[in-house]
Amino acid sequence: MLQYTVKRLILGIITVWFIATATFFGMHAVPGDPLTTDKALSPTIRKNLEEKYGLDKPLVTQYGIYLANLARGDFGISFTQENREVNDIIAEHFPVSATLGILAVIFAAVGGVLWGALTALYRNRLPDTIIMFLVILGISVPSFVVAALGQLSLVNLNQITGTSILPVGGWGTVWHMIVPSLVLGLSTMAYLTRLMRSSMLEIVNADFVRTAKAKGVPATQIFSRHQLRNAILPVITVLGPQIAIITTGGFVVEIIFAIPGLGRYFVQAVQQLDYTVIMGTTVFYGAFLVFMVILVDLIYGLIDPRVRLE
Amino acid sequence: MTTLDKDAFQPLEQTQGVHKLSRPSLSYWQDAWQRLRANRRAILSLYIIVGLLLFTFLGPLFWDVDPALQDVDQISQPPGADRSAYLVEDYLPWQGQAQPARGSGLTLAEPATTQAVRLVWAAQPGAAEYRVYRNIYPIGPERAFGLPLFETPAQQTFFEDRLDLKPRQYFYSVVVLDNRGQETDRWLSLTVDVKRVVTRSEAIERGLMDAAEEVPLGTEFKFALHPLGTDYLGRDMLARLMHGARISLFIGFFAPLLYILIGVIYGSTAGFVGGMTDQAMMRFADFVVALPFLLFMILFKVIFSISPGESGILPMLVAMIILLWPATARLVRGQILQIREEGYISAAQLLGAKTNYLVMRHMIPNTMGVILVTITFAVPGAIFTEAFLSFIGMGVAPPTPSWGSMCNEGRKTMLTTPHELIFPALFISVTVLAFNLLGDGLRDALDARMRNRD
Repeated sequence: MLQYTVKRLILGIITVWFIATATFFGMHAVPGDPLTTDKALSPTIRKNLEEKYGLDKPLVTQYGIYLANLARGDFGISFTQENREVNDIIAEHFPVSATLGILAVIFAAVGGVLWGALTALYRNRLPDTIIMFLVILGISVPSFVVAALGQLSLVNLNQITGTSILPVGGWGTVWHMIVPSLVLGLSTMAYLTRLMRSSMLEIVNADFVRTAKAKGVPATQIFSRHQLRNAILPVITVLGPQIAIITTGGFVVEIIFAIPGLGRYFVQAVQQLDYTVIMGTTVFYGAFLVFMVILVDLIYGLIDPRVRLE
Repeated sequence: MTTLDKDAFQPLEQTQGVHKLSRPSLSYWQDAWQRLRANRRAILSLYIIVGLLLFTFLGPLFWDVDPALQDVDQISQPPGADRSAYLVEDYLPWQGQAQPARGSGLTLAEPATTQAVRLVWAAQPGAAEYRVYRNIYPIGPERAFGLPLFETPAQQTFFEDRLDLKPRQYFYSVVVLDNRGQETDRWLSLTVDVKRVVTRSEAIERGLMDAAEEVPLGTEFKFALHPLGTDYLGRDMLARLMHGARISLFIGFFAPLLYILIGVIYGSTAGFVGGMTDQAMMRFADFVVALPFLLFMILFKVIFSISPGESGILPMLVAMIILLWPATARLVRGQILQIREEGYISAAQLLGAKTNYLVMRHMIPNTMGVILVTITFAVPGAIFTEAFLSFIGMGVAPPTPSWGSMCNEGRKTMLTTPHELIFPALFISVTVLAFNLLGDGLRDALDARMRNRD
């Protein structure tokens, strides 16, 4: 177990290095450099600035400095916001994205497991048909449409009830988080429902379930002890990659609901060509996702004793 | 001990057709096609996809409208909006005094047209000034008057509105102001249906009539037809949806086709060669998989499409190919490794089959099904990605329509003209739905292990 963990962590670090390298050389392939702005710089000023930011050094040296800084966890300073460190930006905006993402994942996982189990138990009956239709719809409607429609229905809801319990946008209270995280988790929930349904269907009539029935175990106990526990395993496996999809998918939700998260900030940085912010955010997100997947895999090993981690 | 009489054993008469199969023998693909045909949802999806292709490629032949052409007379028109316009005289300034207020409330001095809405009202006792408002929604008990247009002195009990009038319903209100210029709770209101009108010169300019023609006043003209309405710049929605479909479907078909091709070549090479090469190739694929997809899509867009005036389709295609091949490569490699160990391969080898024959006869047909299913499921993914990137403004550049960018534009006017968002969103959803259902059907039909499951 320990050996496996160490091996996965080393591989994870190599992956992060790969991401950082791809980002670095990718950004350097962009024509022009960070000093190319609307304002023309005199050659002397330009030279001084290049010296200050180390842009006059050979690419390999710059790459070395970049990696050394990364190893210390320093992403540099923003080019468009003076004297603002990328670390500060991440520290300020990432918790917002993470909160939104975690809420969405919880919602998706709980919803997916429950709906999936329900459809399997009511296979080919009315609840199954209705839920599976909604699931297909949830998979087919793009997240930005769901978000826009969600916001529209919020407006209408507030108008009809004459209250504003659920705000239409912004961030701050628990009430702000509900609708965006529901919208964000919707497609993942649909996907997990499908997965849970098929894995549950395999287990509904498994031998151990029949034995339990024969022994006279109550149906609710069979459901919670035998069926749910076994059927939930495939759902946990895909949860790691799904967290990745949710956190990056948060861009749209953050833009539409005006949430000050890292995703919205990233899109803004790309539009302004803020090199260090783009690179820092990409590497940070990449590292976060890589270690998230490792974490989920390790948890999977703990939950399912049949899985031998090697 | 009984002896067996040889005569007791009679050879059976050979009957023909004992081994004849009860059903005709079917090839893998014939069998798959039969299964697919039995799946009603999959066949319906197939029809929808064919319909979409016809809409995209034959549609413009029947609806030959430039998607970039602006119809400034009909901006943000919902489908089925009134297109009629009536010929009127050229605009003449109006002084209001000639029209004394009839009755006590707010009335129209003349029929309301898009040229001008002329309001008159009876003088209100104690009024120092009047403030005129216009709203596109009913005013309601919360006194949402809308847009303040003008303040008139007490003696002027008329107002002419010429501000960007559209052929629709308006809710006018006149609020009485006191000596300090504060609004009192006395107000008059009027609901006005504005009729679209054109002057003679405008009608000639828009090609509604010939310059030499003598047309009496009040003649009804019909403006250009927009079956699905127009967007916020007055561009025809139907034409834009057709042309946008080209971008969306182009990305949707070609990106998966290309990256799956690369994945198949990469994966089958790794699977065939095996050993250290396989390990190294798959390790590299693992790294590419770990790249955060959307972030790198955006990064690639920045790297490739820095030059302005580019539509941005090619960078998107390249980025998707670079980032998405490993999943297919893994899948195909797994399939190849699995098939290599199958009994029928050993049997074929024992019978003296050559590698060439094995690849052509067993490997490719047996992986084809999985690859086809992967392609079908990859199409909606690619359409989503295009739509997502266009939606956050990183996709196709503005003059080129795509469903994603249309959604992005439509979102801004979502509250007043929802059709601008709903139509492209509907097209994306139906396309993705059709491909998902077709993919489900194909998987059930092609994948033997998935059979007899739900």
